[in-house]
Amino acid sequence: MKPYHLSVLVNNHAGLLAKVAGLFSRRHFNIDSLAVGVAETPGQSRMTIVVNGDEQMVEQVVRQLDKLIDVLEIEVLPDQQSVQRELLLIKMSASPETRSEILQVAEIFRAHIVDVSHDSLTLEVTGQADKIAAFLNLLQPLGIRQVIRTGTVAIRRS
Amino acid sequence: MVRALELEGVTTVFGYPGAAICPFYDALLDSPIHHVLTRNEQGAAHAASGYARAGHTTGVCIATSGPGATNLITGIATAYMDSIPMVAITGQVASDLIGSDSFQEADITGATSPFTKHNYLINSADELPRVFREAFYLAASGRPGPVLIDVPVDIQSEMLEFIRPESVELPGYQPKLKPEPEQMLDLRKLLAESQRPVVCAGGGVISAGASEPLQQLIDKWQIPVITTMMGIGSVPADHPRYLGTMGSHGVFAANFALHHADCLILLGARVGNRAMGSATAIARRAKVVHIDIDPAELGKNIRPHLAINADLRQVIAELLTEKPAADWQDWLTETDRLRTQQRTRWPCAVMSDHTISPPHLLERLGSKAPADTILTTEVGQNQIWAANHYPIRQAGTFISSGGMGTMGYGLPAALGAQCACPERQVISISGDGSLQMSLQELGTIRQQRLPVRIILLNNSRLGMVHEIQSLKYNQRYSQVFLEENPDFSLLAAAYGFQYEQISQNGQIDSALDHLLTAEGPFFLECVVDPHEPTLYPIAKEETP
Repeated sequence: MKPYHLSVLVNNHAGLLAKVAGLFSRRHFNIDSLAVGVAETPGQSRMTIVVNGDEQMVEQVVRQLDKLIDVLEIEVLPDQQSVQRELLLIKMSASPETRSEILQVAEIFRAHIVDVSHDSLTLEVTGQADKIAAFLNLLQPLGIRQVIRTGTVAIRRS
Repeated sequence: MVRALELEGVTTVFGYPGAAICPFYDALLDSPIHHVLTRNEQGAAHAASGYARAGHTTGVCIATSGPGATNLITGIATAYMDSIPMVAITGQVASDLIGSDSFQEADITGATSPFTKHNYLINSADELPRVFREAFYLAASGRPGPVLIDVPVDIQSEMLEFIRPESVELPGYQPKLKPEPEQMLDLRKLLAESQRPVVCAGGGVISAGASEPLQQLIDKWQIPVITTMMGIGSVPADHPRYLGTMGSHGVFAANFALHHADCLILLGARVGNRAMGSATAIARRAKVVHIDIDPAELGKNIRPHLAINADLRQVIAELLTEKPAADWQDWLTETDRLRTQQRTRWPCAVMSDHTISPPHLLERLGSKAPADTILTTEVGQNQIWAANHYPIRQAGTFISSGGMGTMGYGLPAALGAQCACPERQVISISGDGSLQMSLQELGTIRQQRLPVRIILLNNSRLGMVHEIQSLKYNQRYSQVFLEENPDFSLLAAAYGFQYEQISQNGQIDSALDHLLTAEGPFFLECVVDPHEPTLYPIAKEETP
């Protein structure tokens, strides 16, 4: 079992996201994340789907997705020859004691401070799954209030 | 919408009106299209399926919004599992009411997306010419299946200049038809190396129209062939190389061949658990070649040694060019012996002088009915008896719910088949449980004056579940008794059927003569012993 990154080009139809999500649940495919946004061609979107499984399962995922009429292209992105990024927004409780440590961690991970209040700090960070995981791990003891992640988006290297 | 149907060549549709589909039904009055009013929308979907299968065309069913549409779902799902080309048209509440939980509103595109090849919710009348064109193309091409079009009632009343698009543009849908030449070479190599090859024909052979080429191939190559239940009819039952249906309810010779083959060629068979429960074990023993038009079937339930994504007709045409140089004589002798033994075994566990043996009845029916007779079945023991004992001789004449196993399918499917083939014998084999699931469709048969023949195998219970409870649940019978069945003679009379009841095997021949020669619809009730099984124990000495 390992994560596979699928880049899926689709027609921008209402209901398609439900069809894709429904397909994953009814066929018992494990979906780690799904990110979707408009693509370069008007009327089309590109999804990055991260699936956890083995090669055989991913092959089935690809073939089943391909049966959807509004799915135009599917590519399983090779780990080494693709760039993967996820964006994370995290709101931390920030007391006088923890504030500086949070800022230190943020600096190391090149996170941006996007919002500040008397008792909180909101940070933004992008990176690959392992960087996000390490970042979260370091912040864990410092008082996380809320986490929001986009899910991974990925693109093949030229 | 009516114009679109006419331009797609539709002549008969099955449906049930309601408020949200009224503009369509109003326009239908001015069309030559024949509309069959069923008694439940599920019946319309099953009838459209029977019509499609018997007529080798796309079936069309129509329902209103909300419950009308949801009643179609079982029929749509049944067609989806068996890859039957179908277009379902549903009315929807007015565009500005969608999402407001208005009267008779249901999200039918959402609800049917697991059971349709594709579906559409129409946003504007301008889409209709394109969508209807696409829907009929999608339903019948590639791996066939049902397509649903949901049309809000206000859009049905809009005006537009209807121009049928010349072609369809579906970049996300490109069925692969031609096999790769290297794969065909690999296939030939595997066959040449094999000593015990078996061809397994599934429903795909019938939907691809590849039944005749397959028979040519079998004749030319002299290779044993077995079928799944959906593949019944792809090879005539009396073909000397045909060993019967495989699977948990299949016959011994076919299962023996399946398990002893060293090369298994799957043609349009999706390796369902009922047909090939031991797929992994089989793949360990045999080189499996899986050929299907749907690439998602390849590798889904079995890991083939060679997977060929192509149209079966093209694959078979390519194979017909040359016979592989291999000697299969020993294997043919062995399978021939099994086949002959099977034909001579009397498949009846309960011999009684006051009940009918269904296997015997079906064999007698097979010897009397013309080869082009269309047989529909329900689901349960009746289906297994029919599949194993009635000799189907032509593709598309065995109409049964294979994948979904839908009780209540056979009767409406029979009326649909009769609409497609008014001159042919259409016989609905049923049990007392499943017949009563679509019983109301007797009214449709009466209204349409269809000469459908019903053979009811009445054992006053849900025989298949009874058999399962007998074998696996220590004969603790739970909710399987239908002893307060209606008087079927009165029911037959109420719906204008000629009726006969038999309870002795000696009465079978004359009753079948009456059934086959009757002018109008005929209802033959057969009293069946409740302990008559579908699974016959095989005596030790019969096992080779």
